[in-house]
Amino acid sequence: MSAALETRSLCKSFGALTVADQINFRLDPGARHALIGPNGAGKTTFVNMLTGRLAPTSGQILIGGDDITALGQAARVKRGLGRTFQINTLFPNVSVVDNVAFAVAERENVAWRMFHPASRYRSVLDESMALLDTLGLAQDARLTVAGLPYGKQRLVEIAIALGLRPRVLLLDEPAAGVPTLESHRILEVLDALPKDIAILIIEHDMDVVFRFAQRITVLTQGTVLVEGTPAEIAANDDVRKVYLGERHA
Amino acid sequence: MTHAGGYIADPRIRKIEWLPWVLAVLCYFVAPSYLPLGSYVLTMVIFALSLDLILGYGGIITLGHSAYFGMGAYVAGILAARLTGEPLLGLLAGTLGAGLLGLITGMIILRTRGLALLMLTLAITSVCYEVANKATALTGGADGLGGFTVQPILGLFKFDMFGKTAYLYCLVVLFVCWWLVRRLVYSPFGASLTGVRENNVRMHAVGSPVYQRLVTSYTISAALAGLAGALLTQTTQFVGLKVLGFELSGELMVMLILGGVGRIYGAFVGPLVYLVAQDYLAKQFPEYWYFGIGAMLVLVVMFARGGILGIIDAVIARLRRKSD
Repeated sequence: MSAALETRSLCKSFGALTVADQINFRLDPGARHALIGPNGAGKTTFVNMLTGRLAPTSGQILIGGDDITALGQAARVKRGLGRTFQINTLFPNVSVVDNVAFAVAERENVAWRMFHPASRYRSVLDESMALLDTLGLAQDARLTVAGLPYGKQRLVEIAIALGLRPRVLLLDEPAAGVPTLESHRILEVLDALPKDIAILIIEHDMDVVFRFAQRITVLTQGTVLVEGTPAEIAANDDVRKVYLGERHA
Repeated sequence: MTHAGGYIADPRIRKIEWLPWVLAVLCYFVAPSYLPLGSYVLTMVIFALSLDLILGYGGIITLGHSAYFGMGAYVAGILAARLTGEPLLGLLAGTLGAGLLGLITGMIILRTRGLALLMLTLAITSVCYEVANKATALTGGADGLGGFTVQPILGLFKFDMFGKTAYLYCLVVLFVCWWLVRRLVYSPFGASLTGVRENNVRMHAVGSPVYQRLVTSYTISAALAGLAGALLTQTTQFVGLKVLGFELSGELMVMLILGGVGRIYGAFVGPLVYLVAQDYLAKQFPEYWYFGIGAMLVLVVMFARGGILGIIDAVIARLRRKSD
């Protein structure tokens, strides 16, 4: 079976500075995989290469066994790669449901239509509403995103990505900035995500990581330090040294 | 509600949206001596609509939109002077010419954003201006292009010296443009432009071909600007270098901001208020009339970022709250 997402010897340098060094990574269909590492480990660079915002210096990226290294962002999305952002990257001055509908419309290829009103495309609206409903946002559908509390905005962030019906979903610190009291809501949503989506979560919060992930990859200084199950990672001396610190020792 | 459109917006035409048309028809009967000014206002409304499409929806800031207005104006003028004075053909040629220029220049400049884009729009206008200035054989250069006649519309309606035909001609053309722009704004395409304006990064991340969307909207906008330019040529039977001037681009931006950006009707209110105020002030204070325009703009920018329509929105919202 080919991996949902795979990288082979992925490298990225900015001049003399190497920020990704021979990264071999594999995400199986339906996987729950976490990418962790200290600040500056190259997590964001890695994600940006996966999504196509950054071109790698060398190496390959494959989705479902197909080499997509040369494809742009939009083409990768069409191949089933979705992402959320660490810092809210929403459409602030439009309604919550429009935020999701923009994504659904792109996936359904209706976003080029120029003549009939958008509200005529019921399937886009219905699907967007249904998605918001599963995330508990149905009440807020008609509100402007900018007016939502931060925790709910984080959910909209996930809703937009789900509107793409991705096969691979990259979650960049989904609970970042959310107060602990509200973060359980995000975790519930993460737990309920469709099982057939392969998910890579980039996260600093170890509680989230160990609760959510079945496998963990630890990145340091642009290289994969170790990969394994949460139990293996928690027991690994190297990981403890560079990352987890005394708290988990 | 400020920006119209989106997947939950009701696209049906509301009663209030007929108001501009009722007023425009009333003007025809009530103020016959103002019809030439009225024609100019209607023409500028089309031009402002074209800017609203890319500025208000796509978020493209430009100070070079007169390039396309001028292109349309000159194409219509040269066609009338050299080949035929058939007005609808002139409109079509002006629209297509400007649209083509919009497509080519848009493909180049829309690779950039922000200040670089702004500078490039200025550069394009300047280049067009110089070309028109030097190509005297075609354009008449600094003297302008005149002396051509525009044939009756559909062979039936002759342009008269009082500007009656011209006014109605402009009104009908504007109505068609408004209807098309409105459809576009409420369409999925219009919604996707709103997405690009609101968050370019996210639109890329949901798989939107952002660059192609922007080039397409820019081309449509340029074509519409060209249509307005051709209309001006036909109704005034003259083309001067001013139609390609940077001042016109700036003036257009001022009009749209004055009316309200990204809401279709800002493009109606802005040119009307600006040009009527200009007409009035120029008569009352021939030496200082620009002061009045400047003061008006300062007030709007300082106190009413949403333009005149924004003020009206705020007043209505306050009245509603009081009555609750």
